This record gives sequence, structure tokens and C-alpha cells, in this order.
Amino acid sequence: MSTLLEVQGLEAFYGRTKALHGVSFSMAKGGITTILGANGAGKTTTLRAISRMVRTTGTIRFENEALERKATEDVVQLGIAHAPEGRGTFVHLTVEENLKLGAWGRRERGNLKDDFERVFAYFPALRERRRQAAGTLSGGEQQMLAVARALMLRPRLLLLDEPSLGLAPLVVREIFRILKTINQTGVTILLVEQNAALALDLADHVFLLETGRVVMEGPSDVLRKDDAIRRAYLGY
Amino acid sequence: MDIFIQQVVSGLATGGIYASLALALVMIYQATDVVNFAQGELAMFATYICWSLINGGMPYWAAFLSTLAIAFAGGIVIERVVIRPVENAPILSIVMVTLGLLVICNSVAGWIWTYVQKPFPSPFPANPFKAGNIVLGAHDLGQIEVTLLVLLCIYLFFRFTPLGLAMRAAAHNPVSSRLVGIRVGWMLALGWGLAAVFGAVAGMMVAPVLTLEPNLMGGVQIYAFAAATLGGFTSPGGAVLGGFIVGVVENLVGTYVSFIGTELKFTVALAMIIVVLLVKPTGLFGSTVVKRV
Amino acid sequence: MSASRLPRIIGLLALLVVGCALPFVLSNFRLFQFSQVYIYAIAILGLNMLTGYNGQFSLGHGAFYAVGAYVSAIMMDRWNIPYGWTIPVAGVLCLIVGFLFGLPALRLEGLYLALATFSLALAVPQILKYFEHWTGGSQGIVLSKPNAPFGLSLNPDQWLYFVTLGVLVLLFWLGANLLKGRIGRAIVAIRDNHIAAEAMGINTALYKSLVFGVSAAYTGVAGALSASVIAYVAPDSFNVFLSVTLLIGSVIGGLASISGAVFGALFIQFVPNWAQDISKAAPWAIFGVFLIGFMYLMPFGIAGGIRLLWIRATRSRVQQEGRSAVPTQAHTTT
Repeated sequence: MSTLLEVQGLEAFYGRTKALHGVSFSMAKGGITTILGANGAGKTTTLRAISRMVRTTGTIRFENEALERKATEDVVQLGIAHAPEGRGTFVHLTVEENLKLGAWGRRERGNLKDDFERVFAYFPALRERRRQAAGTLSGGEQQMLAVARALMLRPRLLLLDEPSLGLAPLVVREIFRILKTINQTGVTILLVEQNAALALDLADHVFLLETGRVVMEGPSDVLRKDDAIRRAYLGY
Repeated sequence: MDIFIQQVVSGLATGGIYASLALALVMIYQATDVVNFAQGELAMFATYICWSLINGGMPYWAAFLSTLAIAFAGGIVIERVVIRPVENAPILSIVMVTLGLLVICNSVAGWIWTYVQKPFPSPFPANPFKAGNIVLGAHDLGQIEVTLLVLLCIYLFFRFTPLGLAMRAAAHNPVSSRLVGIRVGWMLALGWGLAAVFGAVAGMMVAPVLTLEPNLMGGVQIYAFAAATLGGFTSPGGAVLGGFIVGVVENLVGTYVSFIGTELKFTVALAMIIVVLLVKPTGLFGSTVVKRV
Repeated sequence: MSASRLPRIIGLLALLVVGCALPFVLSNFRLFQFSQVYIYAIAILGLNMLTGYNGQFSLGHGAFYAVGAYVSAIMMDRWNIPYGWTIPVAGVLCLIVGFLFGLPALRLEGLYLALATFSLALAVPQILKYFEHWTGGSQGIVLSKPNAPFGLSLNPDQWLYFVTLGVLVLLFWLGANLLKGRIGRAIVAIRDNHIAAEAMGINTALYKSLVFGVSAAYTGVAGALSASVIAYVAPDSFNVFLSVTLLIGSVIGGLASISGAVFGALFIQFVPNWAQDISKAAPWAIFGVFLIGFMYLMPFGIAGGIRLLWIRATRSRVQQEGRSAVPTQAHTTT
């Protein structure tokens, strides 16, 4: 199993405040990894670090290419798609325009028709609303749009920040089901979630962050049975 | 009635100029929250460049198009070189830089080309266009056509091309734009380039009427502010419509309201601004930004 | 923190001593220029209060300057009221006018308030010319400089220098007390997050209008002083250019700062002269270059730049002494 992403001694800063204190982990190609932790643990910051949206020290290697000196736009071109916290929808633009923009970072543009068909197959609701302003979509649909937009990049790595936030349980379960399908087509997924139960179900590997440090990691079926995790994050 | 139609057409012609400059202001404001006070002076500078090209023997339309290209490049260079170093500074500091650009442009233009008024040619025939009893200036009609053509091209560009889409995205949501791989800095630079083009069109259209001198665009810029206020600083379409409305109102008030001679016409623009701000600050088509706390 | 205040007080006193000595050393013209600097500094402090500390953008403070100047001029010219009385009257009148202007301004924010004040500034010369009967129209009102009282052997320029310096010291002292106390904190809180300020029980509407009034009062007093110092008022001296110049002085000096007002005043008084010395042909281009250059080097103004240097200097000294993070002596507002 080849390593897709490797992070070593990552420290991240907001101004002069240090948010990550030497995080290290690696991800294998084709898997689903989830980062769990309470509010403020540094989960979103970790994704932002990979997308080069915060100042960092330490190394980040993606398919053996160093990311530290790259800008966000370059990282996107390498095939890393980031659906950020809060969805990041272009609310004034239509669903279709949002999707077109998702493909902007692709090295080879090509015909977008097939990509459209593919994402509409995953998310039929988006096809119905393709000419609607994205801001008029419901929360669940906007989350689907965020994932769909990320997929338009034909990414090798998909970064997802709290896709369940603010959504009804049924909708969340549907989205997670689709994520599994997407992963089976070969897209590696790094998922940040507060909803530990769902995340542990979906992922094969887990990292637990506490105040900017990795305190536990391992395969999800092992960690799911761990007492500390059960009590703190699964509530039983 | 004939006079009314003539004044409306005349108003639409000047309105087109206000619309072009207002569009330039709104484009940059939307993307950066900065009002580019130097927009009018940059337009004046471009007009002088056109004058020099024509004086050097270039035919009018060749000079016109060359000037647009030069203005485009100039706008990009100014954004990347002059504005970029302060792009993260407080808004008022960036406004100071645009004020600095304003005085530099004005002063350098006066130094290179002197303050003597220069006639600027109009590409349109001198003979007026007659329709029944209505007499319409050919320059006015031509001005309206050129303005509408430029506006149409821009609309098509933003609506239907990928680059236009990327620029719209970068203006509305720079963070998400970076996340899809758009180089937001360069989109801003392109925005400044296009704004410079609109300004240049406005300058070259108004110069034959007002005669070319370094303070050519001073008054026009005030009207452009009125236009953008009326239409809404957050709405490019609104700013354009605002420009035409301001032009027509200015002309009609000047014609029909007796105590407002040519001197007080200026006051009309100011009054419009104040009224709009008191009644609906965001303008006819602007929208209030709802911030979550 | 009295240890840090003492050097400051000594420094200010030293400056005051130097300031008082200048009239006996400099020519009348230079004294005139420095009086002008003090006047601008008072006006800019007014603007700083409103735009810097309270976050309300004003591109029209020249209007209050004009009101102050004309009130003073009319009182002196029409009713022979001594200049000394005209200054507080101008201040109070502008306080009221500013407060009244502040009420509708409550509905406008940022860009829109800037546009409204900009339009006001543009209209001032025309309004002044319109009310010819009072203002003397385009020709303005010619005044005479007052003589020094009590038979002091000072010429009018020297005396006016001391008057402007005295008013400056008084108003700056008052302003400092206002801005560094509870009221100042409330004003800044409104700027930074007016919803939170409201939620904490600050009457934002009242404070914002009051700040507008006080700000206008300061600038009005400056205008009244200028009527005596220049001994002439005319509508075209109070055009939009004046408002923009005051704003430039404010930003260059440092928006939310008291000392910044003085730096800004020095800038707008002397840099145009230097620019002319550098280039007779295109002096304003040189001024523009100075303006842009200052913004590149000190985007938070001169006062902000000095503060940053001070922080860096004290921080490195602290690090060398091996102590962990210690609060530095610089405050968030000067």
C-alpha cells in the first residue's frame, strides 16, 4: 500500500498563536482516514495546513512532493480538493457555475459533460437545481454541492471538513453512503468530523487530536472498541 | 416633445460615460472594498496617450484600440506593482495609495502634455442626424453605441467565459476561489485592467465634448460616484443603469428647471447622492450585506 | 506604571519648552507655518476621534473647519467680537452641528458615510457663496490679526503662535483624558464590534452622535483659529481638497492615535513645500510619491510605525534578558 500523504512534525500558526504542536501521520492511497477531536483540537487547522491556508513548519509530502513552499492554488493543481468548513459555496453563482469552478484547478481541462453526469449520478437533487443560485439550496444540498464541486477536480485526495455540521441525520447518512461509493472509485478521503459514530463507521483509520497533538491513532475497528474513546466521543 | 427627446438622447450619451466610469469603480469596489479614487485620472491619462498616438499619425480607431490595450496592461501593472504591497493594509491606507495615484497621474499628465486645452477628435460625422423634427448629434449617438457595445462585450465575457466566471468568483469569495485553484491575485489584476479599459472608453468619448486637459475627468468622476450610489455599489448592472439615469436627469433638470443653470447642475449630482443615501443607502439594485455575528 | 509615564511627561514638557522658545528664534513666516501645523493638528485630532477611534469615515471634515472659520470671521467682522470669544463659540456651535449631523449618519456605514460626507464637502464652497449676505460671497471676508494683549512685546504672528499652541495643549490634554478613559474604551468598542458594544449596555447611538459632535467641535475650533492666523476667509479655501487633506493627515499620522495628529499635521503642512523644492514642474507627483511611500512603510501611520519599532526594540531586549513573554509597555491606543 503506497503512502499518499505524509505529515511530519507539523506546527501551524494563526498569527503568533500555535494551533498544532508537532502533528505526524501518514495516509495510504485509497483509504478513508478520519481525524476526530473536540472543538478547538486542531482538526480544521490540519486540513488548512495541507491546503496551505495557514503558516506552518514541518513537512508535508503528497505523493513524495513537498507541499511546504506551495500556494493553495498549486496544491489544488496537484489533485487535492478541499471542501471547507461551512461548505464555501459561491452563493451568488448557480449550481452549474459552482461545479464548473470545481474543475478550474485541473491540469487537463477536457470535456466537463462526463464529470457533470458523474456528480449528478451521485447527487440527483443537484441536477434538478443546476440553474438555481447556490445560496437558495438547503443545507444538505449545499453540502452535496461542496462534495460534488470537489469531485469535479477529479482529485486524488479529498479533504472534507465536518460534512455533517448542521444537517439532519437522514441527510448525513445519505452523504456518508455516497462518500463510501466515491472512495471505492479510488479517491482517498481525509475526513474531519465531530460526529464520531458516523466517522468511525466510514473510515478505516483514525487519528484523535487533542489541543493540537495526536494522542491516539489506529484502525477504526480497534479504536471503536477502546473504552476511553467510547466514553468521551461515543457517549456510552 | 422634440426637445424632450433630444435632451433624453443627449442625457443617455453623457450617461453612458458615467456608466462606464461607475462600472470601473464598482468592479474594483466589489472585489476589494476599496474605492479607486484614481479611476478618473487614469482614464484621463489613457485619453492623452490616445491623443499622442493620433497626433503621431495613427488613424482614430487604431489609436482607440491600441489605447484600450495599453490601458488594460497599465491597469494590471498598477495593481500588481502599486496596490499589491498594501493589499493587506487597512482600507483607508489603500485609499491613500489611490489618492497618491490620483495626484501623480494629474501632475505627470500636466507635466508631459501641459495644461493647455487640446481638442480631441470625434470619430463620428459632424453632421447631425435628423429624424423628422428631431435633431440628434452624431457624436451623442455614436457615444451611446460605443458604450453599449463595450458593455455588451463585458457582459458576455463575465456571463459566458470561464475566465469571467473565475473573476466573478474571486470577487465574491476569494477564500473558496483559492480552494478551487483560482489565482485570486491575478484575478484582481485583471479586474483593474478591465476597469482601466472602461475608464479609457469614458475618457475618449468625453474628451471631444469637454476638450482634453488634465482636469478632464474631475467632474465626470463625481457624476460616476452619483451613478454608482444610485445603482448600488454592489451591483455592476445597477451602476450602469444608474449612470444612464444620472445622465438623463442631469440633462432634463438643466433644461427644464429654470434656476439650475449649468453651474448648479453639479449640485444635482450631489443632491442625488444625499437623497439616495438617506432613503436607501445601498442604491436601487444593491443589497445589504448580512453579517453573522 | 508610573515608571513608564515619567519619561513621557518629561519628554512632553521638553517639547513644550522648545515650542515656547521658537517664536524668539524663527522668522514670522515660519511661525505662521507652525501655527498652521498646530491648527491642523487640532483639526486632525477631531477627525481621528471620529474615524480612527470610532470607525465613522468622514471625508467632509473641511465643512466643520469652514463653519468654525466663518463663525469666527463673521463675529469679528460684523459684531466686532474679540477673537478670543469667537473660538469657544465656534466650538460649541460645531458641537451642536456635528451632533445633529451625527444623527442621520447613524444609518450610514463605511462607504456610504464616506460618500455622504464627501458630497457635503463638495457642496461647501457653493453653499458659502450662496449665502453672500453673511459670508461676503466669493470675495470672502478680510480680517486683521489681533495684537498681543497686556502690551506684551510680541508681534501678532508671535502672539497667535502662542495662542494656537496654548489651545493645542489644552485640547490635546482634554482629548487624551477623554480617549484613554471609560468613554474612550466605549468609543473603540463601538468601532470594533458595535453589536457587542450595544449588548454590553453602551448606548451606541448616543455615543456615536456625541463623538461626531466633539469631533466637529475640535475641527471647528481649528477653523476659528485659522480665521485669525490667516486673517482671511474665502469659500474656495474650504473645498473638498481641504477635507481630503485632513484625512490624509489623519491616516499618515496614525488614525487611532493622539500623537499621530501632530505627525499628520507636520506632513500636510511641510511635505507639499518639500515637494515643490524637489520638482517645480510636477510637485504634486512628488507629494503623491511621498504619500504612497509612507503607506508602504507605515500602513498604520507614523504613530503606528513608531509603536511597532518600540515593540520590536523592547521585545528583543526582553528576550535577551531571558524572560518569558512579558507585556510590553506599548498600549493599543496612544
